[in-house]
Amino acid sequence: MRITPYGVRGSLAAPGPATARYGGNTSCVRVAGPDGTVLALDAGTGIRSLALELPPGLSRVDVLLTHLHMDHIIGLGFFGPLYNPGMEVHIWGPASATLSLEARLRRYLAPPLFPVLLRDLPCRLELHHTGRGRFSIGAFHVRAARICHPGPTVGYRIETEEGSLAYLPDHEPALGARRFPIDAEWTSGFDLAQGVDLLLHDAQYTREEYPGHVGWGHSTVHDALAFARLVGAKHLVPFHHDPGRDDAALDTAIGAAVADMDPDFPVTPAAEGRSFDL
Amino acid sequence: MAQQSVEMILVRQLASYLFVPVLVVDTTGTVVFYNEPAERILGVRFEETGRIGPEEVERLIELSDDPAAGPDEAGRPMATALQQRRPAHARRWLLRRGDRVRLQVELTAFPVIDQEDRLLGAVAMFWERLGP
Repeated sequence: MRITPYGVRGSLAAPGPATARYGGNTSCVRVAGPDGTVLALDAGTGIRSLALELPPGLSRVDVLLTHLHMDHIIGLGFFGPLYNPGMEVHIWGPASATLSLEARLRRYLAPPLFPVLLRDLPCRLELHHTGRGRFSIGAFHVRAARICHPGPTVGYRIETEEGSLAYLPDHEPALGARRFPIDAEWTSGFDLAQGVDLLLHDAQYTREEYPGHVGWGHSTVHDALAFARLVGAKHLVPFHHDPGRDDAALDTAIGAAVADMDPDFPVTPAAEGRSFDL
Repeated sequence: MAQQSVEMILVRQLASYLFVPVLVVDTTGTVVFYNEPAERILGVRFEETGRIGPEEVERLIELSDDPAAGPDEAGRPMATALQQRRPAHARRWLLRRGDRVRLQVELTAFPVIDQEDRLLGAVAMFWERLGP
């Protein structure tokens, strides 16, 4: 499978020359399978570009939402396949204790926030809840599980015969831990990411920034490295970069953490258009 | 050991910050975590024991009825939380078998139920009674 980020930024889009190398779009990743299946992980601003590069003749696309914070769904209304009557679009994501996924999405895809109603979209649209559990989409075997982030939030593990990917873009496994990590049993996201070939993981903050953001649902670069080491990930891709960090500052933050932690696996910061093949 | 659900992980994190003794149990009644104040109740340290099965808990402590308890304060709160999925409270005598110390306690238990209405376990909190 080929994994291509179209948006790597957290919280807010940050376009401009200072972020051009890593990219300024919010979370969106394309996963293309050996059978032609295409998944879009999250629907941040990057999903507009993802739609422009879908293979011609594709008749189905699946959008897997981790949660419904704005930076992960703001691009949904600009996702071209939703306006194509010949396209089958499946949106997967978590419900809440009281609202279905459809009811939660309607809060965005409706006036006054958006002019087009969810029910008026011309594509063949199907919504699926992904609280926890396993399902298959084409060649992909997908597992979803709740992870530590404010509000209903899941992470995904996606496997084919060629390899495995874990996608935990918004994740604060160190929340409340007196030391991190403690052990596998008590670490959010462990089962999803255990032994994975490629781990896309939240690394929004530096250690210096984190004390002012405890409980906001994000990790430091150091904690992302520690989590990757605990789960035995073969390759870490720090993701969900802080919108206030330009390319040079991102190099510095991740370089310093890598030098400090000395991981025995490669670390490649997520950048728009930089693909990984498994 | 399989990973605990994120809800149980957060319950453990919260318990580790509290002053009151807290036991966190799974759906089988196994104590999967107890905080530092609860080490005084059980007479053992979590770092040494790790999780404790129901039989081992009975070897550590004995809970018995408090004759002074009113009708609303009798019963077995943890069993109520796990079997009936509702909170419960009771006054009990607690015998710490290791040193035969008896403590008069109030015990509050509540179930941990996730957003999909799935029972994950329960939490028991002990309130030591200092007076009559």
